[in-house]
Amino acid sequence: MVAAQPLLKERTDAPHAAAPYDVEAVRREFPILGRTVHDRPGRTGKPLTFLDSAASAQKPRQVMDAVRHAYEAEYANVHRGLHWLSMRATDRYEAARETVRAFLNAKATSEIVFTKGATEAINLVANSFGRTFLQEGDEVVLSEMEHHANIVPWQLLRESHGIVIKVVPVDDDGRLDLDAYQALLGPRTKLVAVTHCSNVLGTVNPVKSMIAMAHERDIAVLLDGSQGAVHLPVDVRDLDADFYVFTGHKLYGPTGIGVLYGKRHWLDRMPPYQGGGEMIHTVSFERTTFAETPAKFEAGTPPFVQAIGLAAAIDYVSGLGREAVAAHEHDLLVYATEKLEAIPGVTILGRVPGKAAIVSFTMDCAHPHDIGTIIDFEGVAIRAGHHCAQPLMERFGVAATARASFGLYNTLGDVDRLVAALETVREMFGR
Amino acid sequence: MSDDLRELYQELVLDHGRHPRNRRHPDSFNHEAFGKNPMCGDALVVYLMLDPQGVVTDCAFMGEGCAISMASASLMTEIVRGKTVDQANALFAAFQHLATGEGEVDESVLDEDDLDRLQALSGVRQFPIRVKCATLAWHTLHAAMQGEEMVSTE
Repeated sequence: MVAAQPLLKERTDAPHAAAPYDVEAVRREFPILGRTVHDRPGRTGKPLTFLDSAASAQKPRQVMDAVRHAYEAEYANVHRGLHWLSMRATDRYEAARETVRAFLNAKATSEIVFTKGATEAINLVANSFGRTFLQEGDEVVLSEMEHHANIVPWQLLRESHGIVIKVVPVDDDGRLDLDAYQALLGPRTKLVAVTHCSNVLGTVNPVKSMIAMAHERDIAVLLDGSQGAVHLPVDVRDLDADFYVFTGHKLYGPTGIGVLYGKRHWLDRMPPYQGGGEMIHTVSFERTTFAETPAKFEAGTPPFVQAIGLAAAIDYVSGLGREAVAAHEHDLLVYATEKLEAIPGVTILGRVPGKAAIVSFTMDCAHPHDIGTIIDFEGVAIRAGHHCAQPLMERFGVAATARASFGLYNTLGDVDRLVAALETVREMFGR
Repeated sequence: MSDDLRELYQELVLDHGRHPRNRRHPDSFNHEAFGKNPMCGDALVVYLMLDPQGVVTDCAFMGEGCAISMASASLMTEIVRGKTVDQANALFAAFQHLATGEGEVDESVLDEDDLDRLQALSGVRQFPIRVKCATLAWHTLHAAMQGEEMVSTE
């Protein structure tokens, strides 16, 4: 498990040796990784070096096949058709819910709500839980390393309901200040909403103990698992999380699908977030009664094909072995950290042991956007910008960073190509 | 290295990007505006001194950003000095045309040397995502001349 390992562990083996993980076989399942970029008529471009998986990951054939099969052979609307095909599609959709349940080790499928992404899942909680359990002056504790998706919904609730937002600070290495966190948990605190793993720093937060600290005061906790569900094993019952959200497209699944896990006793007491079909029990103009969770939160035709694709992605990742993937990503992280640190003028943000394979960095000679543009011409795709985490950028006194993020298909050669491309940047911008 | 990349990062751009001219907070100015590119987070402030005849007697800026945005701001502060507001607006239009290929340019009111220098930034045309880096300073200058305090490239 990545979380238990130091960032820079002792290496006794050569980088490629004794790896039980066949990354070349993995890569063959991702057709896009074989393409070139910047192609022109009469000239083949550069091979793609894809290091932007934290923004969105590429898809294996298994996911695309599942989506295609759902449309080609098993497509009809779910939950309302009396006909055979509708029942088949419904079975597949509900089987996907079971796959997600098992992935998170939730107690029951009734605790798994499909959304269109992590953002919608957080908005659902902010609206439904927020309107029900938060009153003016009540406090929500966030952290300085949150993605905008876990900041703005709470600010909207602040405007509409007068809640108060408190923020856990981050230290210079990128670690949450747990003493400050403890001190922020007060009599008015009703919810803690923090990320499991930072999309900028790679920091894996000690969420189990943070949840325990909150629960001592009967404070509910929402975890943003957008990166956590990709890089770490998640056991919502072991963590005792009240809510856990993640998105499918970062987990090698389709776009337009996400998950809200919520403890049943919360979901039962939360009102619907949106109204429509599927989520009702009976409707009349005088009175409508609502379906049970999770249908209560899934108004309208759900993205069931995408949910089936997500289940295929989870099966795929689980089939590779989450431990094996984590070990592979850790090797990439260690190697990338060593190589990048050896480049003069490179500074890495986020140095907490046990971090995930996300490396944000700056170069003293070039702005991240220039870095991104230049290395793109070498076929190296990274993210450059504020990563939807402007408060964190401000904390570190930078407007932007370059970020290389690794997935289960990346290789040590990808790191070498990144490093070589950064040499081009130094040639151009070096004083 | 690719030709497009060389075109984008010409020597003049690299020079002004590394060593921006007039990046300072002037002692006196009578117009200023804050410009922001929300997509990338780049932000800068443009300071202007206009004399009673509407001639730019000083132009400076503060801010940090990529080489393209710094070079564009730096070149702009040099070029607009001594120009009237009308001439500066014409240069803004010319620059937008250069960077995007859109709009019309009335070259009769423009100085050829100025156009040559601005031409150094025309490489952004091949990089749609970077056009806003190049035009941020000009949008901000425009806002300052109009008496607006804030402008966004969105």
